Amino acid sequence: MNSILKAENITKFFYTPVEFKALNDVAFEVQQGEFVSIIGKSGSGKSTLLYILSTMDTEYGGKIYIDGNLITGLNQDKLARLRNSSIGFVFQFHYLLPEFSCLKNIMIPALKLGKYSREEIEYQAYEKLKLLELEEQALKPASKLSGGQQQRIAIARALINDPKIIMCDEPTGNLDSKNTEIVFNIFKRISAELNQTIITVTHDNDFAIASDRVIEMQDGKIINHGH
Amino acid sequence: MSKTAHKIHLNVDLEIAFTHVLAKKKQTIIVAFAVAIGIAAFIFLNSLVVGFNRDSDAALFKSTPHIRIYVDDKISQSLLQDPSSKTTSVIVNPKIINENKKLLNPAQIIEQIKSIESVTTATTWLNVNVFYNNGSSQLNGSSSGVDITEANAMFDIQSTIVEGNIQNLVSTPNGIILGVGIAENLNIKTDDNISVVSPLGIVKIMKVVGLFKTSNSVVDKTKSYMNLSIAQQLMAQGPDYITDIYVNTKDSDKAVQYVSTIKSITGYNAEDWKEANKSAEANKKTRGVMMGSISIIILIVAAFTIYNIVNMTVKQKMQDIAILKAQGFAGKSVVKIFITEAMIIGSLGTFMGMVLGAILIKALSKVYIGGDKGYFPIHFEPQIMLMGLMVGLFVTLIAGYIPARGAAKVDPVSIFRNL
Ligand SMILES: Nc1ncnc2c1ncn2[C@@H]1O[C@H](COP(=O)(O)OP(=O)(O)O)[C@@H](O)[C@H]1O
Ligand SMILES: [Mg+2]
Repeated sequence: MNSILKAENITKFFYTPVEFKALNDVAFEVQQGEFVSIIGKSGSGKSTLLYILSTMDTEYGGKIYIDGNLITGLNQDKLARLRNSSIGFVFQFHYLLPEFSCLKNIMIPALKLGKYSREEIEYQAYEKLKLLELEEQALKPASKLSGGQQQRIAIARALINDPKIIMCDEPTGNLDSKNTEIVFNIFKRISAELNQTIITVTHDNDFAIASDRVIEMQDGKIINHGH
Repeated sequence: MSKTAHKIHLNVDLEIAFTHVLAKKKQTIIVAFAVAIGIAAFIFLNSLVVGFNRDSDAALFKSTPHIRIYVDDKISQSLLQDPSSKTTSVIVNPKIINENKKLLNPAQIIEQIKSIESVTTATTWLNVNVFYNNGSSQLNGSSSGVDITEANAMFDIQSTIVEGNIQNLVSTPNGIILGVGIAENLNIKTDDNISVVSPLGIVKIMKVVGLFKTSNSVVDKTKSYMNLSIAQQLMAQGPDYITDIYVNTKDSDKAVQYVSTIKSITGYNAEDWKEANKSAEANKKTRGVMMGSISIIILIVAAFTIYNIVNMTVKQKMQDIAILKAQGFAGKSVVKIFITEAMIIGSLGTFMGMVLGAILIKALSKVYIGGDKGYFPIHFEPQIMLMGLMVGLFVTLIAGYIPARGAAKVDPVSIFRNL
């Protein structure tokens, strides 16, 4: 097995309104192709951890390795490139760009990566749409879709560059059970079939238990590593 | 797929910028129009200054050479040559020596000056104060003793002639060309005789061979041209008596560069037209500063409208910026997106402003104001158009850069947390 993500002694302080240790010596490792859920009470530091793992928050103590490479201390441009090529992100809210069609929203990270021609990217975006059963919506403006559909578009967007890791912060938090099931099945499939790694924060215990591994947090610490 | 293959595709940053701008067409047009007004005002006001200055220079060059060579006034010195002896007190009463203003060897000086590259004309000139008499009527004025062919080459006197011909002066040694005001006041026509008296009391009977009319009625009431030899006789001087040499160069603005060369070649004093017309130059500067400050204020307002719309877009798009950054758009991509938005609006506005400016110039250039100006002295000035274009784009770049840099600094985490 290949360690795709490794966190060493992650600590995070907030200084306003008062000094507060949001993450306390968090250490864990995730293997390539794992589908990991992170659970814990509200305020336990799940989102804070995810922002650090996703390289968007760089103010923390400790070290993070992605695919064996230390990414702590890399400059912003390098981190941006890394996010673009290797990390997909899905939030609780879909966050699509409202002026663009669904298809364009999905294509944008790939256009930024610039690895494939526009025609190929468009083809791949259609493939992702098919995977999420949304190909009919391709040319609609993102704002014209239902919440569940928009969230699936956001997942398609997170998948477009075939990232090694997909990180999600309560991706099904606003979804009905039908949409939740679609999302879960896709995660299951891409981790099992495509060997992509899923790290998702969730409040949904059934969702968590059905994943490969559950990490539980409490008061900024991991209290259960799930193995 | 075949459809998109034929399209020309933009870089994704530019594509986002264009999409943002197209999503708010109305605002874009309004801001572009504000920029257009600024650029049009800039082009218009500066073309006005350039046109006006060129027009007044042209009027000036009808009677002023680019460079004038003359003998400088000398101040009297003490007669005692040894002021080092401390015991002797010397009383000095400095005043201008009423010395001879004669330039020695004028023909040789002219030859030397004409050999300077970029000198186009150089001619001798002798001004003499005179009284024009016809019967009991008398007028005083000033006559220029000239080589009329050379003088014409310099000042295009022929273009002001309303009766007769300048060539008549060549064939008539005692001929005189009068301003129309003199002819009118003394009731004289061409081919009439007139007596001209110098301050030394020398009288010449001269034949009127032509009349000229300039745009300046004072000149027309006082000024005349005669052959150099007659002017010399009126001053009781010999045929080599010359007080001034007038020099024209290819580019009046560069005339000052030759002044020191001419001084050292000739050993006489030389003065360029700007030096000789300091108040006209001061007026020009005043006009330049006035119009310059007005157009800068208008441009600042235009820049502010661009800054405002880009700033507003950035504020509205915080969430989008955070998403783009989460997806791996670097800070410089974000800067590029918003600068491009500013540049789209700004170049649209600048282009519209150039067209609007050209229309204003065209319209005003058709306004007849009469007097010595005729039509309003404003013309299409390509270099000002170009300046308007560059200023427009530059101002847009700055106005767009400030909010764009702010956008690049957006911290996605804090945006996501607060939603
Ligand atoms: N920007 C911030 N400033 C101060 N405290 C913060 C900030 N963000 C989060 N926190 C605090 O850190 C703790 C962990 O928050 P968070 O990671 O969002 O928890 P979770 O996602 O598990 O609900 C909470 O107590 C929260 O109040
Ligand atoms: Mg959270």
